[in-house]
Amino acid sequence: MADTTAPQSTAAVLGRREEGAMLGISRTSRYIAHAILILGVIVVAFPIYYTFVASTHSLQTILRPPLPLLPGDRFFDNYYQALFGGVGRIGGVSVDLLLFNTTVMALGIAVGKIIISVLSAFAIVFFRFPGRMFFFWVIFITLMLPVEVRILPTYKVMVDLGLIDTYTGLILPLMASATATLLFRQFFLTIPGELVEAARVDGAGPWRFFKDILLPLSKTNIAALFVIMFIYGWTQYLWPLLVTNRNDMNTIVIALRKMISFADADTQWHLVMVTSILAILPPIMVVLFMQRWFVKGLVETEK
Amino acid sequence: MSPRVTFPNKILPYALLLPQLVIVGIFFYWPASQALYQSVLREDPFGLRSTFVGLANFRRVLNDPNYLNAVQNTAVFSVAVAFLAMAVALLLAVMADKIIKGKGFYRTMLIWPYAVAPAIAGMVWLFMFNPTMGTFAFMLRSSGYAWDPLLKGDQAMLLVIVAAAWKQISYNFLFFVAGLQAIPKTLIEAAAIDGAGETKRFWTIVFPLLAPITFFLLVINTTYAFFDTFGIIHAVTGGGPGKATETLVYKVYHDGFVNLILGDSAAQSVILMVIVIALTAIQFRYVEKKVHYG
Repeated sequence: MADTTAPQSTAAVLGRREEGAMLGISRTSRYIAHAILILGVIVVAFPIYYTFVASTHSLQTILRPPLPLLPGDRFFDNYYQALFGGVGRIGGVSVDLLLFNTTVMALGIAVGKIIISVLSAFAIVFFRFPGRMFFFWVIFITLMLPVEVRILPTYKVMVDLGLIDTYTGLILPLMASATATLLFRQFFLTIPGELVEAARVDGAGPWRFFKDILLPLSKTNIAALFVIMFIYGWTQYLWPLLVTNRNDMNTIVIALRKMISFADADTQWHLVMVTSILAILPPIMVVLFMQRWFVKGLVETEK
Repeated sequence: MSPRVTFPNKILPYALLLPQLVIVGIFFYWPASQALYQSVLREDPFGLRSTFVGLANFRRVLNDPNYLNAVQNTAVFSVAVAFLAMAVALLLAVMADKIIKGKGFYRTMLIWPYAVAPAIAGMVWLFMFNPTMGTFAFMLRSSGYAWDPLLKGDQAMLLVIVAAAWKQISYNFLFFVAGLQAIPKTLIEAAAIDGAGETKRFWTIVFPLLAPITFFLLVINTTYAFFDTFGIIHAVTGGGPGKATETLVYKVYHDGFVNLILGDSAAQSVILMVIVIALTAIQFRYVEKKVHYG
């Protein structure tokens, strides 16, 4: 944060002034921009930071507000207790099993959605066949049929198919994706027809074209969608709430909800905070480490 | 426009579509049709027999003051969340577009909430504003403000709106930044040379050129506020206090799963479906027209 206002070398300052002048942005308004951004960062990052701070304090400290702004000295105690000792509090299930369940669900959904959507978009863009637009709309309309508007009957289907408390049940129904299909379709539409023509002249069939040309071209889009869908899977709430009854099939978000009771003084807040941090850390890591692809892919998918 | 050149295969495209269509058929269309079917039936209390009742379920649902309350809550909630999340994100994106140094840093710092589950976002905000132990609740109270979102409906609503909007800022920010980068700098320079100030340039050049992205985000944010925020409501307020934060989606879940009123829940599902279909169709039509890069 500090380096943004640190003094610059003369050349840099001149460069900035020049560019600023070109765009008619004064130095003052640039400083204001920095100030607003810093404020924005604080507002956006603070809740997570504060959760982390709370996860390093004892229950007694948390229950006596205001909570200090700096981390306390219970980091190791709390995290150790949550990871290895706090089993009973999440319905007899260890945190690592919850993290494993959530990982399986998120990965399954992300990979499944990408495979299914790429195939669908490939069919819709690069083939002409009766019912093409009909099928496109069939997929598109699912965008308007989220779980919430068909909740009971979907639950019944899950029960009838014996998918309650299974990984298949957590993953399969969420693999359909209008969004991903639309994004791939949009991207495929920008691929010049000459490329298809060239492939056909060279005697490449659709499968070869798909494997050797389309997939390599789609790498960034796939990476971007992977990040988005992994997070989508990781942060699911209603679905795991419905299709898991057994505590050992819970995702970490659902387990966390079960740990908390706001009216009740028994909630082990320090452990809740540790679990919250553990629950948000993996997807945050994915966003941060795949940030480049993520943002680049998003921009490109939008074109 | 689609490429004019395509592959001649006749069977293959169907095979490619099959996985998606099977899933969509079994888990989307079949249940949705069941919801439609059940919405015109009434089950006896033991679930043994059901009779055709026409639109009676709809009539009852639409005359239920609790339902109308949920409609109102949903409207307030969605508008507030979409507006707040998009306005803040746009402001930050425009600021990020102005500066030269530190862009990457700000972006990194602004995108993490994207990865936080809505339910956890809600719990975190409630933790900060919980009347018994929340630090901010403590500060509000010591300054004489009667803050208690667990008892006061307005405050509970405010809390879930802020939590829901907070989580969505990152997403909108990224898209607005991308949109701003796509605007040719020459246009802005030309306007600057013509003497247009920063504010004027924003409203006459930048904002109109962002329209496609803004509409796209409007669709996403509305859908998000309608559906993805179920976790926030369920985890934080449970629709309370006194149904003050009960949204349509929460009510469908609650009536179907907790109260087990099949017909009413199905009728609510159908109404919700109609709302979403209408909303998305209108917005997408507009977006399709505006955003055809072809």
